[in-house]
Amino acid sequence: MRGSRRNALPNSGTLERMLYYLKLTRESEWRIENVLYRQGKIVGGVYVGRGQEAIGVGAALTMRAGDVTFPCHRDFSIFLIRGFSLADIFANWLARADSPNRGRDNTLHIGSMKLGIIPIISPLGATLPVACGVGMVLKQRGQGNVAMVHFGEGTTSLGNVHEAMNFAAVLKLPVIFICNNNQYAYSTPVEKQFAVKSLAVRGPAYGMPGESVDGTDVLAVYDAVDRASARARAGKGPSFLECVTLRMAGHSAHDAAEYVPEKLKQAWAKKDPILRLQKLLLARKTLARQEIEEIDRRVREEIDLAIANAEARPLPRGEEALEGVYCGPDCWWRKPPSVVRGPSAVAADNRPRTRER
Amino acid sequence: MALLTYLEAIRQGLWEEMERDPSVLVIGEDIGAYGGAFKVTAGMQEKFGEDRVIDTPISESAIVGAAIGAALMGMRPVVEMQFMDFIASGFDEIVNMAAKMHYRWGPPVPIVIRGPSGAGVHGGPYHSQSNEMWFVHTPGLKVVAPATAYDAKGLIKAAIRDDNPVIYYEHKFLYRRIKEEVPEQEYSVPIGKAVVRRQGTDIAVITYGAMVWTALDAARELEKEGLSLEVVDLRSLLPYDEETVLASARKCSKVILLHEDTRTGGMGGELAALIAEKAFDHLDGPIVRVTAPDTPVPFSPPLEEYFLPNAQKVAEAARKLAAY
Repeated sequence: MRGSRRNALPNSGTLERMLYYLKLTRESEWRIENVLYRQGKIVGGVYVGRGQEAIGVGAALTMRAGDVTFPCHRDFSIFLIRGFSLADIFANWLARADSPNRGRDNTLHIGSMKLGIIPIISPLGATLPVACGVGMVLKQRGQGNVAMVHFGEGTTSLGNVHEAMNFAAVLKLPVIFICNNNQYAYSTPVEKQFAVKSLAVRGPAYGMPGESVDGTDVLAVYDAVDRASARARAGKGPSFLECVTLRMAGHSAHDAAEYVPEKLKQAWAKKDPILRLQKLLLARKTLARQEIEEIDRRVREEIDLAIANAEARPLPRGEEALEGVYCGPDCWWRKPPSVVRGPSAVAADNRPRTRER
Repeated sequence: MALLTYLEAIRQGLWEEMERDPSVLVIGEDIGAYGGAFKVTAGMQEKFGEDRVIDTPISESAIVGAAIGAALMGMRPVVEMQFMDFIASGFDEIVNMAAKMHYRWGPPVPIVIRGPSGAGVHGGPYHSQSNEMWFVHTPGLKVVAPATAYDAKGLIKAAIRDDNPVIYYEHKFLYRRIKEEVPEQEYSVPIGKAVVRRQGTDIAVITYGAMVWTALDAARELEKEGLSLEVVDLRSLLPYDEETVLASARKCSKVILLHEDTRTGGMGGELAALIAEKAFDHLDGPIVRVTAPDTPVPFSPPLEEYFLPNAQKVAEAARKLAAY
């Protein structure tokens, strides 16, 4: 596993954005898991990416216009970096009518072809073949774009991961396979998931480069993804990247993750991706402590506003469940959603529509 | 008019759509240089190139997934399943990814998955299945099963132009066995519309796919006995044409539901429920199913023959129902 970089450090603007998105992600997910969910405002499953924020941030910040990404369920940051508003994301968690999914699907199953984001489905691994199809079209268009697909180490045991990696290698597609190895698939540790020491060997096994990096080091992730992308953009085909970290939360909000040894948690807590970057930026004098405090304040304020905005939005009407099963000339998604009129609806009505599909 | 086999009609429909719309592509195993296991795509790679007639590794999941990805990027991919039996290997991509995508977050998913299904050619359990009900029970998909060359061409066009995932069941027994005049001018067959293949008054036989021909054979046989069978060809299984089904049930008052698919959970059960709900007052007898039994499709000719419904079995059921 490598922690060092091969390319030069990104410019200070990018470094600052990294810190901002890491913090925005951490704090947003904290509110989702420990405030909105505990208050009963968010229902259903709650999955967060505490400890692995650097993977999404590092990967998404390398992306260019026309690139397409497939974030996983713990990749909150990618949605923000690629253009979803924080309020829309919270509204989706809150099952609102006027949210990206209009209450049809939860958590981060959010997509937009305009933004180049294609969401997962809960049977994981199914996005990898889809990324191949996107890669196929990007390759034919010849504009040097790439598809990035994120998945966990548990997902690598699935058959469609094998099919997709083989397919991408044979057809030489511009697809970056990014494995978030957070060491636990629900409660299953890596030694019960696969029999190799590092998943990086999976790359060469299919005829593509494989690399393992420290997934808590946003700069290492950024660098490795950027190099893999450069290769793909130049028509040299796919790459496999393993980003190793530890899931610093349960599988979902109901899970205390008591199966993770305390010692392991403590060891990885020292490698916290936010503290790591913050320390580096202070040491390099890229940011002063005051500027970091300003980022913290901005993050809290943006989240407060976004949650207030999302909570003010109405819920969908029950019978809307029947709509939009099929796409036709009279597409339901092009019409405004029908909502439940309630005390919260008034504020929502005057709110500018920010969501674009 | 041109005299075409069922298989040629599919190819012609595909070919014309490829010519009409540069976003149409075909993808699958052995379909390029080789032209496909049944030669449906013969000559296409030469004409349209390797970017639009794409040979892939053996990987149904990757093929269907790639088609979905290409569709999201604005293409209209047509997937060939070498045999519809193999579609099970791509199941998750079809029922969880493609079928639910529009409902979940809004994009159109214009893919077609087509391939040979059905028995009668001694293909054994894995080259003979009629597994259409796996998909008829999945909201978000459309499922069609043409019985004639005219419909085969018209429905492949409609399927390609549809903005939803369409599973297109070809019947391999019909590939080269039926030949008919197909118009040269542009036409398509709407998805969701059945057709009455034969007018009758005594019993409505509602069926689809190769069994349409079986029903017509039985009808000709029974005509000699003074029994008049109406034959309804569903053509589309999801959505299916409620109106035409109910009209024939009301008109004849007796109904046989015929399919090559196995019995339990088959299309017959669905239509029986529909007719019982909406045409109960018009019925003069029990709703009867003639189907394959609930077994895998067996290989040995006597076993397969026993398994498959045929004109004789339909005629027997009709005589019994007529006497009710």
